[in-house]
Amino acid sequence: MKLTELEQAMLAGEMGVPKRWAMDHMCKVGRMFDAADMVPVSQVHMMADPESVGEAGVAFLEHLADHPDHQRRVAVPMITDPRGVDLNYYSPLGQSEEMANLDRRTIAACSRMGILMTNTCINYQTIMPPVKGDHLAFGDTGVVIYCNSVLGARSNFEGGPSALAAGLTGRTPRYGLHLDENRIATKRYVVHQQPKGLTDWGVLGGVIGRLAGSYWEVPVIEGITVTPTSDQLKHLGAAMASFGSTPLFHLVGITPEAPTLEAVGGTALTARDITRADLVGLRSGFGGKGDKVDVVVFAAPQLSLIEMQQVADLIQGRHIHKNTALIVCTSPAVYADARRLGLVALIEDCGGKVLEGTCFYNQYAREIGEANGWKRLLSNSTKIVNILGGYGYEPALADMEECIESAIAGEIV
Amino acid sequence: MTTRLKCHPGIGSPVTGQALVADDNFSARYDLDRINGVFSRPQHILVGQSYVDKILVLNTAKGGVASAWMLHEMKSRGVAPKAILFNTANTILAQGAALADMTMCDRFVDGDITRLIQTGDQLHVDPDNGVVTLIDPD
Repeated sequence: MKLTELEQAMLAGEMGVPKRWAMDHMCKVGRMFDAADMVPVSQVHMMADPESVGEAGVAFLEHLADHPDHQRRVAVPMITDPRGVDLNYYSPLGQSEEMANLDRRTIAACSRMGILMTNTCINYQTIMPPVKGDHLAFGDTGVVIYCNSVLGARSNFEGGPSALAAGLTGRTPRYGLHLDENRIATKRYVVHQQPKGLTDWGVLGGVIGRLAGSYWEVPVIEGITVTPTSDQLKHLGAAMASFGSTPLFHLVGITPEAPTLEAVGGTALTARDITRADLVGLRSGFGGKGDKVDVVVFAAPQLSLIEMQQVADLIQGRHIHKNTALIVCTSPAVYADARRLGLVALIEDCGGKVLEGTCFYNQYAREIGEANGWKRLLSNSTKIVNILGGYGYEPALADMEECIESAIAGEIV
Repeated sequence: MTTRLKCHPGIGSPVTGQALVADDNFSARYDLDRINGVFSRPQHILVGQSYVDKILVLNTAKGGVASAWMLHEMKSRGVAPKAILFNTANTILAQGAALADMTMCDRFVDGDITRLIQTGDQLHVDPDNGVVTLIDPD
């Protein structure tokens, strides 16, 4: 890889151990993906929940944070994905002091490096949305696919270590989605049924992700005649990334790089229709009318303030079933607003619980399921029902309204 | 007779070990019981099998960004594969291998690696040169 003088100095250790580690790490990754050089990034978003970081990862973060301030401090604005523990509410969920302590140590180490603990996977709605052409090093697949597709920014999926390396140096290897040639469409889909609610958009994303099926495929989607909201595209992207490891999609006439099919090189591709059977097929894998439900979850991605109001409006003045729990996950920024506006109280007065700065699936989902006897899980998130089967749950999918009615009835309505 | 399989230059140090092969994918978060070192997702072809000190040979990497930290955590406890070979890696697994110093290669020129290698084969993986050698048992 071609390195600048500054990058060579970092690699040689002239700017301290943290930057030397970071450059070495990025050179290894860059070599694997044939990066010609590094590209400066404007901001970084890191996934570092304690369940995945583990004792070894926390010790690694602490080791970097033990260096002098000018060596350990990140070079560009750097923010974080959801935590694994809501430190104001973990014992009642069955989370242990050991889990909370890992989280506290992670927060302390990251804070010493100048990382802003935003604890959110909806930073593109709440912190600083990137702009078209912005090079980034973002973690969380839902964040990356949204920023690439809806905003026209440029990021690969960055795992925690690579995001940290980018934060410490202010650059990332130039490969994958930083390059024009990897952003043209490779698969073409035509939609005939217009999605309506958030879950419809998630199901469409899941179907296309499953069909596209690889990090290196870029779907272009035709036939959408409605203008989706940011929340709808959030669910579309999160599900597509979850089912297909897909980091970028184009919606013709909607997303910024695809004013036309031609603009993303889609005209030569064979079109695949998305049929009603495709959509019904994905949904029917997560069915279950009349079944008892242990926990209803709104998360993955964290809820926007608008979604918080929608949940509160549907549930206010009612009471959830005594054998059913309702968990809502949102970012600290949205939580503060939702609390100020009375939305948290409306949800919790009905027996629900709003968690701050976590997301259900990365907060020791297996352990809290076992501790609370939660097996039958219902959600409006296509992403979460896809991934929680691997954690011992029997997940079912329904629209937000049906989720609320099911929480009240104690069974899937 | 030894067979040499050429691939893209990868990550990590040269290693020798026994292959565990499946025409399936890999997510450290959702496919594994990381404490006991076995595949645990019921739908995975290798469910119930130990991956500890094996050279895993799989199709592609799936799942979210968590796997990047997890390879490092698994290796720190000595409950990790020796190497992973993919037809196609994704960015997250490559980043995880770089942090963990775990050997990883992908993009084999001779075709589907899950068909070219069989479970039980002895392999030598040379990531710098992008070569995997099947060692003759004789």
